[in-house]
Amino acid sequence: MYKYDEIDQAIVNERVAQYRDQVRRYLAGELSDDEFRPLRLQNGLYIQRHAPMLRIAVPYGTLASYQLRKLGDIAKHYDKGYGHFTTRTNMQLNWPKLEETPDILAELASVQMHAIQTSGNCIRNITTDQFAGIAPDEVIDPRAIAEIIRQWSTFHPEFALLPRKFKIAVSGSKHDRAVVQVHDIGLEFYLDSHNKVAVKVWVGGGLGRTPILGQVIREHLEWQHILTYCESIVRVYNMHGRRDNSFKARIKILVKALGVEEFRKQVEADWANIKDSPNTITEAELTRVSQYFTAMPYETLPAHDASYDKALATNPAFAAWAKRCVHPHKKAGYRAITLSLKPHGKPPGDATTEQMHLIADLADHYSFGEIRVTHEQNLVLTDVKLSEMFSVWEIARANGLATPNIGLLTDIICCPGGDFCSLANAKSIPIAEAIQMQFDNLDYLHEIGDIELNISGCMNACGHHHVGHIGILGVDKDGSEWYQVSIGGKQGNDASLGTVIGPSFAAEEMPGVVQRLIEVYIARRTPEELFIDTVRRIGVEPFKSHVYAKDAAQEVSHA
Amino acid sequence: MPKSNLIRNDAIATDEWALVTLPAGEEAVRKQAGKVVLFKLTGEVTHTQEQIDATNIPATGKVLIPLAVWLARKEQLADRLAKGEIGIWLATHEVLESLTEALPDLNTLPLIAVFVERFADGRIFSIGNLLRTRYEYKNELRAFGDVLRDQLFFLKRCGYDSYLIRADRSAEEALASLKDFSQPYQGAVDINQPVWRRVNRGAP
Repeated sequence: MYKYDEIDQAIVNERVAQYRDQVRRYLAGELSDDEFRPLRLQNGLYIQRHAPMLRIAVPYGTLASYQLRKLGDIAKHYDKGYGHFTTRTNMQLNWPKLEETPDILAELASVQMHAIQTSGNCIRNITTDQFAGIAPDEVIDPRAIAEIIRQWSTFHPEFALLPRKFKIAVSGSKHDRAVVQVHDIGLEFYLDSHNKVAVKVWVGGGLGRTPILGQVIREHLEWQHILTYCESIVRVYNMHGRRDNSFKARIKILVKALGVEEFRKQVEADWANIKDSPNTITEAELTRVSQYFTAMPYETLPAHDASYDKALATNPAFAAWAKRCVHPHKKAGYRAITLSLKPHGKPPGDATTEQMHLIADLADHYSFGEIRVTHEQNLVLTDVKLSEMFSVWEIARANGLATPNIGLLTDIICCPGGDFCSLANAKSIPIAEAIQMQFDNLDYLHEIGDIELNISGCMNACGHHHVGHIGILGVDKDGSEWYQVSIGGKQGNDASLGTVIGPSFAAEEMPGVVQRLIEVYIARRTPEELFIDTVRRIGVEPFKSHVYAKDAAQEVSHA
Repeated sequence: MPKSNLIRNDAIATDEWALVTLPAGEEAVRKQAGKVVLFKLTGEVTHTQEQIDATNIPATGKVLIPLAVWLARKEQLADRLAKGEIGIWLATHEVLESLTEALPDLNTLPLIAVFVERFADGRIFSIGNLLRTRYEYKNELRAFGDVLRDQLFFLKRCGYDSYLIRADRSAEEALASLKDFSQPYQGAVDINQPVWRRVNRGAP
């Protein structure tokens, strides 16, 4: 993975000094709340319900074991002994003290980490595929490009105060796991007809209050021009994005208002002036950065391992886990595994200090010391030998990290919600927990099969509810908390946005509502059909009528 | 004489320019989604012909004129422009092209200033970049208005070399922020090469 040289280190060190002085001036009354707000936000610091919240950057979701260990230490020393992994693959602390945040940053800088641009109206953390570098369907390893974009966007002087936040995702595989279509800019790498690396550029996607899928602004861009092309897109946005209304300030609104053709025309006109300017990426620079992301020193192994096969055949619990949590790998004899941060009845995406330390140890012993954070809020070990899989599982299971629910109904994507976040209209974690307890039966979960359930506590959509097969949105009605349900959303190459099924529900109704949606699916599915396929085939209506049927509530309560 | 709050070329300097402003007009409070609108839209016209006509320009010395006034009265100001007595200022919501189209050679101006009503308005950065790169403006480029030390480093990187710090803040203290970072990553106006073209960074 990427390692800092003295230039990277100087930047994070200087950032700590700059931020420390900003906090000092704020506490001394030399900066007003309004003046301090963008400064702290661009450092990931929110003022929350109970305490500030600090969001720490995990660039493109990649962590070294020593970094995860440090995150565990920080969570223990400065917080309550746990952290929350987010859909932007960052980690949040829910209870730090404002006065101590400069010290936290200094600790992070000591392990080549930071909280730069994890919030605020600027270019946020770059995200990509959690299986980058090992996925069998990978066309191009996106990590070197993601790192080059990270450096370009870090303290970009022209784009420090945009109309609104700006998110960029990079995908290098056939199956998009980076959700490029719901990003302000999505960069999709592919090999063109001359077998050269090219980029399809998506623009204007986003969730939030007005969910919109991105549109293609350019089908074919040579990779050398990524930075200058992004520069032109962001410049047109910076000049013309709506600053009069923060609900309409994202680039998606501008693209929609102008139409993608007119927006493209403006971008191309700007780009004509800066194409081939010094920020054009050279072959030498890409090669240099790519050397940080070369293949791990793999052993030559057979494609099968007798002990692994035997364990699968004889141990049903292990087999159930392997079915959900073990993923294919480019290299024979290796697999990636997902450590579930979604045990039933606990806040989705949370990990304790002890778990972080344990996962760091697992990474060191079994997976070349590297960990990935997924946008589904789990952690991944990318390079585990088949022969060691059973040992890893036993340790993970003993520490609550082996719930075999990856991709199943209880692998819920969920924002911190009203328990923590001051933006939230409603709580989200208790809803997730209640649904997990309703479906706390592994056989039933496996029978339901692959399904994605996303929960956001407000229309800012941190839980990506629009692209959940089932999406739940917390809404405020006259000061009380209600939940609006949509179905038919999907991430990936054939992404779609969900359709709201009808009036919202009270919190205690939610497990039953999900139950009824599942009942329709089970009754109406064809063999091999996933929940989302059934929704797409039969439409929303059958689900709606069952959920809102007058006797449905009684049926369930008598069940 | 009051202490100068102008930073020019990384030092405190005296301001030789008299700022000319439009006489106050009526500005209605607008709301969007229940909140007061804080930022004007790009291209929004915020002055009237009456205000332009009523703008008082000192007869002698270096004067910094609002773009709208200059556009309307440029014939009258041509001699003074030739003498180097005219600088032009525009606000972040004004369309830069209305200046560049009316004055193809911007370098006849010794000073262009950009007014930022609220520091969080990042349009000021793109305006600086465009003036310096696309329009090749070489002379003094000043930021004024809600100019605070925490934005100085970015302003400098976007081509500004002159900053009138907000009156209630110390320009002396602000000087330090021009040096917040020693080796920025990306090419911008001040240093147009990205770091990997400036330094041999090596590899792992």
